[in-house]
Amino acid sequence: MKTMAFNEAIRTALHEEMQRDESVFVIGEDVATHGGPYKVTDGIAEAFPGRIFETPIAEAGIVGIGVGAAMAGMRPVVELMYLDFVTCAMDEVVNQAAKMRYMTGGQARVPMVIRLPCGIGRLLAAQHSQILESWFMHVPGLQVVVPSTPADAKGLFKTAVRSPDPVMFFEYKRIYTSKGEVPEGDYTIPIGQADVKREGEDATVVAIGPMVQKSLEAAVLLEDDGYDIEVVDPRSLSPLDVDTICESVRKTGRAIVCGEDSTFAGAASEIAAMIGENCFGDLKAPVRRIGSPHVPMPFSSELVKHVVPEKSHVIEAVNQSMAA
Amino acid sequence: MSLSPEVCKTMYTMMWRIRLFEEEADRQTNLGNVVGTLHMYCGEEAIAVGVCSQLRTDDYVLGTHRSHGHCLAKGASIDKMMAELFGKATGTCGGKGGSMHVADFSLNMLGANGIVGAGIGPTTGTALASKLRHTDQVSICFFGDGAAARGTFHEAIMMGSLWKLPVVYVCENNQYQQWVPRKNVAVIDSVADMAGSYAIPGVSINGQDALEVYEVAGEAVARARRGEGPTLIEARTYRFYGHSLGDEQQYRTSDEVEKWKSNSDPIQLLGATMKERGWLTDEEDGNIQQQAAAEVKKAVEFAEQSPWPTLANLETDVTSHSLGVA
Repeated sequence: MKTMAFNEAIRTALHEEMQRDESVFVIGEDVATHGGPYKVTDGIAEAFPGRIFETPIAEAGIVGIGVGAAMAGMRPVVELMYLDFVTCAMDEVVNQAAKMRYMTGGQARVPMVIRLPCGIGRLLAAQHSQILESWFMHVPGLQVVVPSTPADAKGLFKTAVRSPDPVMFFEYKRIYTSKGEVPEGDYTIPIGQADVKREGEDATVVAIGPMVQKSLEAAVLLEDDGYDIEVVDPRSLSPLDVDTICESVRKTGRAIVCGEDSTFAGAASEIAAMIGENCFGDLKAPVRRIGSPHVPMPFSSELVKHVVPEKSHVIEAVNQSMAA
Repeated sequence: MSLSPEVCKTMYTMMWRIRLFEEEADRQTNLGNVVGTLHMYCGEEAIAVGVCSQLRTDDYVLGTHRSHGHCLAKGASIDKMMAELFGKATGTCGGKGGSMHVADFSLNMLGANGIVGAGIGPTTGTALASKLRHTDQVSICFFGDGAAARGTFHEAIMMGSLWKLPVVYVCENNQYQQWVPRKNVAVIDSVADMAGSYAIPGVSINGQDALEVYEVAGEAVARARRGEGPTLIEARTYRFYGHSLGDEQQYRTSDEVEKWKSNSDPIQLLGATMKERGWLTDEEDGNIQQQAAAEVKKAVEFAEQSPWPTLANLETDVTSHSLGVA
């Protein structure tokens, strides 16, 4: 085990995968000279010359080139500087990468990872802070992976690189510098396998991304109230590990689903609906969702604090659920 | 490959195969066997055939929504192509793609594409793959004049040039962007002139002349294979049918269409040239056409007799997690 930050864990995984497989290469804006805005590709240019392509500002071209290279058997790791910029390459993601395997009757493979720095980081307002996980969950053919810890980030990133299908790899900016214990050397975590981050008996908190850590902190505080909280991290939103989530909810009888994205039509909503459909008879209280209000991300810190959910929201929701 | 009577005969045969395949597919829509829509390539055959005759099997080709010709010219099975248009399980894509998504990955024909201009980035990507693997494979991107208006054209060709990738961008300028004459919406006449913005050669040619296409494509492919970077070819052409099925074609006169058909049919032009040079007899010509017609007839029989895909196929091929797929 080695203690490292979230961005360092992804960087380590990228180095190891590029070492292991010559077909892996990096393409994106500012990825070589600057190492990306969050330093995830720092050192790749020196370690793997000729296998990192620093591009003009041309997201549709970048992702389109990734699709073609992947169909030709390479394994591109595409960096979009901010998730928000994926909107400039939506055809390439939704109509090309996602559907190619199906449209060609299984002939095509698009083994491409699209790295998506997302969510609130510094105060960058509405066009540099989005999450949009549910957009991509909605598109068949895409895998939507959301690690919450450095250890998961490394293992999931390696699996993403090795996957035969496109992966939308969500990297929450606010946890890039958060540290954790990371196993050394090669290991992978299957895409589509949730992780019970904390076992408990009274209520299940299904938490996405940075909400995992906040939920774990909330769970510690809730011990004082005598509540024993289970925290389930889906880790992948598509495919979604329905079995693990439902097994937990059937055990506790209470479910709170939380993410940082907009509650309205967000990832948490799909999970909540899925729990309602599968576990209705086991529920002792209505399923609760936690997320952001349905507004663009504002700039002012005074407004932002009302947008991004915190552990207090988890505590409040658990208390409501327990009182129901 | 230098021009020889044999190469000409092969091209001529392929052009007839494409023409009769499409005419039969059109007939099959009237019978209700081919559903959805068709974007007919008739009139543009010299481009696909002239270019693909310069390629190896391992060279990559990506197409457009009007790609029956590209797929057949790359060597795809006419039986499987017809079956795909019928929506049958034996089609090139198992009935999941249809006319706009015909593909044969065993020939590195990586597919037609339903989105205008969407193949330009991916073809630049296949070329990048060849460069990274140090192979001398060439990638060909076919696209229409309408696609030259899209940002993908700009973004991808820019990077193709930046990294000197082995790719040839082939614009089939058939003068109509769906229902709008190009001249109404384009600020410059020749797509080839846009090449200067990307510091690559741009050549405008007569796309009805298979021999000119063959020659110019040969130079561009050789240049790409030598590692000297992309070329943009604009092949001026004309679509004999409307944009897609049911197009009333109010944007052009029947006189104009008839004039192109009588004076600039690429198949007639190549046949006449070959006969002038003594490379094709009337008897051989007749045999070629009969042979193509027989292949098409057999393709229809194959499609008719083929099984439909079933519910068991519906959710396969989505991802490696989907049903029945490892």
